[in-house]
Parts: sequence; C-alpha cells; structure tokens
Amino acid sequence: MNSLPAGSGALDPERVSHGRVPAVTITGLRHRFGDHFAVAGIDLSVEQGEVFGLLGPNGAGKTTTIRLLNTLLPVQEGTVEGLGHDVRRSPMAVRRLLGYVPQQLSVEAALTGRENVSWFARLFDVPRRERKGRVDEILEVMGLADAADRLTSTYSGGMIRRLELAQALVNRPRLLVLDEPTLGLDPVARDGVWQRVQELRQATGMTVLVTTHYMEEAEMLCDRMALMHLGTIRARGTPEKLKAALGPEASLEDVFRHFTDATSEGSDAKGGLREVRSTRRTARRVG
Amino acid sequence: MRKEVCVKSAALAEPRAASVDDRLAVTGLTWRQFPSRTATFCLVELQKLRHDRTELFTRAVQPVLWLVIFGETMSRIHAFPTGHLPYLDFLAPGIIAQSGLFVAIFYGIQIIWERDAGVLTKLLVTPTPRSALIFGKSFAAGVRALAQVVVVMVLSAALGVSLTSNPIKILAAFVIVMLGAAFFSCLSMTVAGAVLKRDRLMGIGQMITMPLFFASNALYPVSIMPGWLRVLSKVNPLSYEVDALRGLLIGSPAHFGEDFLVLVVAVVVGVTAAASLIRRLAR
Repeated sequence: MNSLPAGSGALDPERVSHGRVPAVTITGLRHRFGDHFAVAGIDLSVEQGEVFGLLGPNGAGKTTTIRLLNTLLPVQEGTVEGLGHDVRRSPMAVRRLLGYVPQQLSVEAALTGRENVSWFARLFDVPRRERKGRVDEILEVMGLADAADRLTSTYSGGMIRRLELAQALVNRPRLLVLDEPTLGLDPVARDGVWQRVQELRQATGMTVLVTTHYMEEAEMLCDRMALMHLGTIRARGTPEKLKAALGPEASLEDVFRHFTDATSEGSDAKGGLREVRSTRRTARRVG
Repeated sequence: MRKEVCVKSAALAEPRAASVDDRLAVTGLTWRQFPSRTATFCLVELQKLRHDRTELFTRAVQPVLWLVIFGETMSRIHAFPTGHLPYLDFLAPGIIAQSGLFVAIFYGIQIIWERDAGVLTKLLVTPTPRSALIFGKSFAAGVRALAQVVVVMVLSAALGVSLTSNPIKILAAFVIVMLGAAFFSCLSMTVAGAVLKRDRLMGIGQMITMPLFFASNALYPVSIMPGWLRVLSKVNPLSYEVDALRGLLIGSPAHFGEDFLVLVVAVVVGVTAAASLIRRLAR
C-alpha cells in the first residue's frame, strides 16, 4: 500500500499492534489550492501507539495533511482514515477520537484556564459526572493547577500551549495531533511542552502525530518519521535508519538538509530509504 | 514531584472499552447535541460576561439617549399617533429590541475574532455539527443580548415607562428577545462567512443596522409610513420582535402567533445560511 521499507514500522516489537487498525492511513492523497498542489500524492500509515513525526520545511504540506486528517479541509483526492474511520464518510467519528493542537496559540482570552478546558470537555461530551474530575486532573498534569482560575490573557506562551494540550486531552483521545507545538516558544517552555507530551505518552501509550521543524526535538520524541518537501514524502523511517542511510556520522539535521536542499522537481514522490542510500554520496556535512 | 505527575498521568491511561468508544464515535449523539452544545455556548457567554461587565453598561448609554433625548422630545411635540399610549411607553419596547439588535448584529465579529485567534479552528474539530455550532452561538448571542436588555428594561422603568410586572409576560418577552438576537447574530455570522474580514463586517454591520432599525415599527407606528417603507417593515423580523415586545411589556394589541412564527422561521433560515458559510472561515 505504501513504500514503507520492510520492518521500519516495527521499531519496538512490544509495541507492534497486531490486528489493530492503524491510527492513520493516508492513500494517494493530493490537495490543491488553486493551481498549487500543497500535497502532491502521499501515502502514509501511522500505527497505534507510536509517535510519528511529520517533518519538513515551511510549505512542505505538513499542515495541509493534518488539516485533511482532522476534517478541517475537505479531501479532494485520495483517502484519509483516522482509526479506521474515513474522514469523508464519518467526520464526526474521527473528530471524537482525535485531539488537536493547532500551530497558532489559541485559547479564549476572556475565560480562565479551567473554563477553557471545561468548555472543551463539554464539546466532547465528557459525561457530567466525570467532567470536573477530568478537568482538574488534566490541569494538574499540565502543571496549570495553580493558574487554573486566572484569565488566560495573563498566561505566557508556554502556559497557553500546555493549556491547549489540556483542552485536546480532556477527551482522552486515541490520537493526539500536534501541529508545530513548540513554534515560537522559548527553550524552557519548549522543554515543558515536550516533557508533558512524553510523560503522557509513557503513561497512556497514546498515538501522537506531530509536525515540527526542530530536528533535535523530533529525534528525541519520534519513533518514526516522514520527511516532507514540496508536498511529497521524500524519506521515512526511524531516526536511526534515516541517519545511518546518509552516513555513519550523519545527524538528523543532515538528513533534513539533504532532502530539502536537493529540490529536484519531479523527484520520486515515494522516495524511501533506497533513495536515501542512492544519494548519500552527495550528502553535505554541516558542522 | 515528578513522580507524582507521572502517577497522575497514569490515571489518564485508563483504557476505554474500544467497542463502546467506537459505537459512540459512529452514532455520534447528534440529536442530543443541539441542546447540549447550545447550553455550552450560552454558559461560556455568561462566563465571559462575568469576567467583564463594563460592556453591559457602556452599551446601555445609547438606548438611554434614545429614550431620554429622542423619546422625551417626540413626546412633547406629539409627532406620532400612538393613541392613548404615551410615546415613551410606545418607544421603550422598540429601544429594548434595538439594544438586543445592536449586540447581535456585531456578534459575527466575535466569530471572525475567534477565527483569527485560532479558536474557531479548534471548535470546528470537536464533534459538533456546523449547524449546532451556529445554533449554540446564536443563542449565546441571545444570552448576551438578554443581559443587555435587562439593563435597558430597568432603565426604562426608572424613566417612568409603565412596563408590565407580570413575570410570565416578562419571561415571554425574554424568549422573544432571544429569538430576535439569535436571528440577527445569524445574519451577522452569515455576513462574516461571506466577507471573512473584520473591518468589512464592521462596515456592513453599520450599513444594515440603521435600515433595519428605521424600517421597522420600533420608533413609529407602521400606519404613518409611506407604502414602500411599510413593505420593508413587513419583511423585517425586527418589526415582529417589537410588535410582540410591545404586546407583552406594555399591553398594546399584538399578533403573538404571527410574531413568534416569523421569528422562529427567521432563526431556522439564519442558522442554515450561517452554517453553510462557516466552513469558509476555517480555511
């Protein structure tokens, strides 16, 4: 179905989900805005329980892909499934199972942190009996218990992002989608966000689909990743394999540069590891 | 400390029965979503209002000016044939409806603001049908308008307008105000979905508010209008709102059945129109 190199989906044998539907299945996806193809034919599969990174420079098509998955954009060509539900046929089912944190920092500034989270708990039909407990709990996990009753207009960027994680998680989604979660945050706030995501994932085994262009963060967090450029996937695999394919001392940064600098138009849209190997001689070492 | 947090987050892991989960996902609870989402958006509107009440009072200034300056002056020159009814009494329900209209007609700005702030995007990926989102928001506008209207009603009473003290009639008037505000906020959200820009919406809001107000029975009886204006007044939901409010609050003869029906139909049409355009705001 897609060009995954054999075995690359199974990093940790314990986590392989035998017989479970993939968290995300994307087949032959293309999406155009006017004449421009933001997504120019991708196939992608994310297994349940893994942290999957969608990497690439600005304009690579990452956000468009995510907006197609979370039903914000109508699918024009190809299919997208979230936990086995086709986004076109049953968008409500997908929305119910998915937690989403958009790129832009966005909370309702005229409400307190707690009100923001409990608003989303209601919108996701969290039963009334459980609502207060869950809201308190997730605020605690996100380190916002003390600030919960302050208006969010007084929050810092890092706090807003953690509050958004709380909003996305109060529903206990099966798939958490994070679009550039640390963009524009200072290093301390970034650490705070990633630490929480990692804790959560260790505790819950939740599937996480994350886009970022911070390579060190991607490497630290992701089990597997796909590198997008100009609307196509140029490479995919575990961070280790991607690096190894390029050279013994290659960093993920090098892999990134390798695939995004070489902007040969019309290159194989399904470039997998084989392509990485074939072009590794041209790899540019950056100090 | 770190340990504690980890334990806490472990509580989140509590696996949900996949079958129940999936069934819920597929069936979706759609029929229950309208009342539940509406209640949610109304609650959020009240929470916002609780955090900042200043607007309630700044927005009460204009209606008071209409009542005090326009109303008092026109009463003196007996310009309008309002029968045995003092002009101020005739005017008050019109101004009450107008203050609700002004709140609602700029409600679309809030949806554009939410869009610019990214909040709308997140609302659109919750399991909320577009129509339930609009319906909920329009009633939230109604709640907001109602808070405003209560302030104006109290001020009217203080100015000597003989408003009814019958609680049933007052409650019915609240329902009418909610319906009117729900329609006008849908109109506003429809325009927001069409123009997509805050300043353009402001301009259009300004452009349609006064004609809606003047081409209605809010300030003067329909009987003194020229023919063409009567036609406009006849298709203007504000006229029906004012007619019902006048009947309920000061006991003048009104066509309650017709007024209620027109307002309900207007809300349904408004919700449908706004819901069909809201997707544009998500792009």
